[in-house]
Amino acid sequence: MINVTFIEHNGTEHKVTAEAGQSVMQAATFNQVPGISADCGGAGACATCHTYVAAEWVDSFPTKTEMETDLLECAIDIRENSRLSCQLVLSDAVDGIVITLPESQ
Amino acid sequence: MSIQKVVVMGAGHGGFQLAATLRQTGYQGSIQLLSDEPGLPYQRPPLSKSYMQGKISEMAMLFRPAAFYETEKVELIHDSAKIINCDAKTVELNSGKILPYDHLIIASGARNRLLNLPGSDLQGVHGIKTRQDADVLIPLLPIIKKLAVIGAGFIGLEFAAVAAAQGAEVHVIELGERPMQRAISEQMSEVFRLAHEQWGVQFHFNTGVSAIEGDGDKVSRLLTNDGSSIEVDRIIYGIGVIPNVEIAADAGLTIENGIVVDEMLLTSDPNISSLGDVANFPCKYFNGKRIRLESVQNAVDQARTIAARLMGNPAPYIQLPWFWTDQGNLKLQIAGLSIGYNETVIVGSVADQKLSVLCFCDGELICVESCNRAGDHMVGRKLLARVSGLTPEIAKVEGFDLKAWEVLNRPEV
Repeated sequence: MINVTFIEHNGTEHKVTAEAGQSVMQAATFNQVPGISADCGGAGACATCHTYVAAEWVDSFPTKTEMETDLLECAIDIRENSRLSCQLVLSDAVDGIVITLPESQ
Repeated sequence: MSIQKVVVMGAGHGGFQLAATLRQTGYQGSIQLLSDEPGLPYQRPPLSKSYMQGKISEMAMLFRPAAFYETEKVELIHDSAKIINCDAKTVELNSGKILPYDHLIIASGARNRLLNLPGSDLQGVHGIKTRQDADVLIPLLPIIKKLAVIGAGFIGLEFAAVAAAQGAEVHVIELGERPMQRAISEQMSEVFRLAHEQWGVQFHFNTGVSAIEGDGDKVSRLLTNDGSSIEVDRIIYGIGVIPNVEIAADAGLTIENGIVVDEMLLTSDPNISSLGDVANFPCKYFNGKRIRLESVQNAVDQARTIAARLMGNPAPYIQLPWFWTDQGNLKLQIAGLSIGYNETVIVGSVADQKLSVLCFCDGELICVESCNRAGDHMVGRKLLARVSGLTPEIAKVEGFDLKAWEVLNRPEV
C-alpha cells in the first residue's frame, strides 16, 4: 500500500492509500477526492486531472511526454511541478507523496 | 417536491457519472443504479485498445472500487429494467422487483448492430461492446493470423491496429469510401488510411460483405460484394450501434432515432430524463438540430447537466462535443462536429503525422481534428466554445499557429 496525501486548493487534506501500478489520478478518483474530474478516464486526452507534485517527489516520475506537455499548456495555472495525474504511476518509491490540486480544472 | 428516489437505468459512463455527481453535490436521497452486466461499472474506451493489449488491469478499468458503492450509498442492482410505468412512477425489473422513483434517468446506451449475413453465426465472428466481449478476444489475439474487420469506424480500426501490431494479416472491409467517414474530414481520413497501410492493414472500400463461409462451424472465408474472396480465421465487426429504446418506447416516450429529449435532457415525460448514446438531443454545435452522439464526453457531461437540474440548478445542455481514438501510435482528438464542413485548412505536418485539420462551414470554424497535436485539440475546444472569429484565410497564412492565435484573440473578460 502506498500512502498519498492530496491537498485541495482550499487546504483540505485527503490521506488515501493506493496500490502500486495505480495512477495518482485513480488514487484520487477511487477515494472521491474532489477536484480531479478525469473526464477521459486516464487516456491522456483531456487535461482534467492536472495536479502539482511536491518538490521532493518531482524527480520520482518519468519526465513528461510531448503529449502531456501539450495538454498541460492548456490547463489553468500551470507551474513547474504541474503534471497530469493520469500519467503518474504509483510505486513504493513514492510512498508518502504529497499532491496539491489546482483551484479548477 | 424534492426528489428522494432516483433510479438510473444503465451503469455505463453516463449512468455512473450521474450517481457520482449527485453524491458529490450533496444529494441525500436513494440512488439505484441498474447494470445488466456482471461486476462493477467500468470504462469502455480501453476495451478495444489498452485493455485488449493487456496494458491496463481490470481494476484500472473500474470507475470506482466496490467500497465506493457502499460508502456513497449507491445501490448497484445487477438486473435489467422490463417495464416503466410512467403513471405509477415505477420500474419493474426482470426479476419482478419493482422500484418506485421520483426521477428516472434512462442511460441504457446502445448495442452493436449485428451482422445479418449468411454465416454470421459461425465461430470466430465477434463484436466488441462489453468487457465480456473483450475478455473473449484477449487470449485469441496472439493467435489470430488472418483477420477481417467489417466496418472502418473507430472501434474496428482500433482493433485493426492492435491486431496488425501483433503480426496478423488484417483486412478492413468498408461500405464507405474512406476510414471513419461518418466522423472525420477527408483529409484526416487519408492520414489514417496511410498509417494503417504502413502498419500492414489492407483496406477494401466501397464494398460490403455478401457472405461468411466456414470450415465446419469455424469461419474460414469472407466474400465481398465486389467478388473478392478473403481467407480469414477471425472476423470483428463494428458496423454501428442501435440505441436501446425498446422499454422507453413501450412506456410511451417519444422515440425518434433514440429517446427524444429537450435541451434540458428531459424526455416527453417530465419525471424521466435520458442521456448518452440513447438520447437524441438538440445540439448547440449542430445548429440546434437533434443528434445522437456516441461518446464518453457526451454521456458524462449530460449526466452532470441532469444531476445539476435534479439538485435545483437547471440549465440547458450546451457542452461542446469532443471525441478521441487511439490507433497505433496515433492519437486522434476531435473537438466539435465536422458534419457539413465545406472548407478545411491543415496546420502542422502531414508527413510527420502531427497535424490538425481545421474544418469550416461557410467560413466559420466548426471542428478541429488533431492527430498527435494534443495542444491544438485543447485550444480548439476553447475556440469552438466561443465565437472564435477564426477564418480559413487567417489559418492559411504561412506559419499560422493555433495556440498563439488563440492567446492573441482572447475576448476581453
